[in-house]
Amino acid sequence: MRLHGVYFAVAAGSFRRYATYRIATAAGIFTNTVFGFILAYTFLALWSERPGLGGYDQAQALTFVWMGQAMLAAAALIGGGFQDELQERIRTGDVVIDLYRPVDLQLWWLTADLGRAAFHLLGRGIVPVAVGAFFFELALPSSPLVWLAFLVSVTLGVVTGFGLRYLFALSAFWLLDGSGLNMLSTLLSMFFSGMLLPLTVFPGVFGEVVRMLPWAATMQVPVDVLLGEYRGAEVLDAFGFQAVWALALLAAGRALQSLATRKVVVQGG
Amino acid sequence: MAEVPLSRGTRAGLPPAVEVPGESALARALWGVRAYGFIAAMWVRSTMVYRASFAIMLLGSFAMTALDFVGIMIMFSHVDALGGFSLHEVALLYGTSATSLGLADLVLGSFDRVGTRVRDGTMDTMLVRPVPALAQVAADRFALRRLGRVAQSGLVLCWALSGVELVGSPLTPLLLAVTVLSGAAVFGAVFVVGGAFQFWAQDAAEVQNSFTYGGATMLEFPPTVFAKDLVRGVTFVIPLAFVNWLPVLRMLGRDDPLRLPGWVDFAGPAVAVACCALAGLAWRAGLRAYRSTGS
Repeated sequence: MRLHGVYFAVAAGSFRRYATYRIATAAGIFTNTVFGFILAYTFLALWSERPGLGGYDQAQALTFVWMGQAMLAAAALIGGGFQDELQERIRTGDVVIDLYRPVDLQLWWLTADLGRAAFHLLGRGIVPVAVGAFFFELALPSSPLVWLAFLVSVTLGVVTGFGLRYLFALSAFWLLDGSGLNMLSTLLSMFFSGMLLPLTVFPGVFGEVVRMLPWAATMQVPVDVLLGEYRGAEVLDAFGFQAVWALALLAAGRALQSLATRKVVVQGG
Repeated sequence: MAEVPLSRGTRAGLPPAVEVPGESALARALWGVRAYGFIAAMWVRSTMVYRASFAIMLLGSFAMTALDFVGIMIMFSHVDALGGFSLHEVALLYGTSATSLGLADLVLGSFDRVGTRVRDGTMDTMLVRPVPALAQVAADRFALRRLGRVAQSGLVLCWALSGVELVGSPLTPLLLAVTVLSGAAVFGAVFVVGGAFQFWAQDAAEVQNSFTYGGATMLEFPPTVFAKDLVRGVTFVIPLAFVNWLPVLRMLGRDDPLRLPGWVDFAGPAVAVACCALAGLAWRAGLRAYRSTGS
């Protein structure tokens, strides 16, 4: 019971921490909105040449663009999030302080990341979608149940994304300078999450493989849930896909963490 | 400030006995460029200590922008033309826009750190050194790995040129080179204005991404794709259309959607000079508005 309180406090603290930087949030909203406009027009051009591409009509394709911009910061799709901070703590040795706290390292950072994501989804997500809906015809669902399913899916997506980023972050225990691998992490996420183009547009076998990878769970699946691509109980399959990846990645992170902490040596006393 | 003597070879970045120039504007500007060179060379030497890391980052920088182009190729695997432009023609737009941005990013890519420096007070250190603050901020953390981006976009540009028929005179190659360079100057000016803006709004570094990366993404696609008001905005408000749209449309023998007079296509260098002058003024104003954190 006590411990639950600790993790809740970590998440709430993280939420408030990111909420402090109001100008940065406004700057982020502005940038997401500008990119939303640019991508929306390129998608319009593509979908007017090929209506129904990837199984989306034009309004759905535009919704994909704006939801992508709304989720960009929340799901840390092109960087951001906790990994730079954790890596810096590993490099300087401050991670030792984290390790002798009576809390779990992975859960600590997971709850902190969830708090951050919650703020980013609200603070940086709502305005771009509202602007997008004002200027373009979007296919936003009217049923509150679909929105609820979307929120569940986004949460699962953030946890999956955390699982991936935690693995990359822990590499700092061995490499000290994680910037090369962070870049790789960003590259993979940008390309395989659907941020660049919906994964349903990727051709042939390559497309099929890409849609099975964990990055698909971070953005493609939540947006598809919102667009009603999963009918009825199929939503549970989508949740299942995300949950399996999330659990597998968290387990891998835990294994890597126990390997890593075994090699931490504390100097002095 | 310019008279502060430097002792012989005490600092790692500066060669021994650097002469700090007198007061004339030209001498100061030349000194700024030289100092930029010294600081950039220092950062290059420091990166080269970790060669493997540098190689990975160079490749990563190459791959990061290459993915943008892979995205465009996937689009063209479904269609033959986008906004009436073929893949090679879009590649020409992509190549010119991305090369210009890549060059500007290589030379001036550190301006998004101004806000951080204002916040933690390290901007003060820059102001007491006998080197123009603009040169120091520009050279701060100079990253040679950004050559990866330039190389990638340069390759796309060459590939595009192999597949399109350019109309025009024997001067067309010259026009292309001037276009890429003045485009880089326009993007450079945007970086500097973005840096100056952070003196007032320290946390707003992300805004400049809209105009640099966002602008470059827009210029990678033909103007026919976008709404006319948006095209008007990037022609007259932020003059990004001069970076590549207007000259490249002329080379491809296309009309520009705004039907501007023909000579405008060659206005790139003049627009670039005007942008740089405005950016210089913005930077001065920003620097004057700077109040130290006082710590």
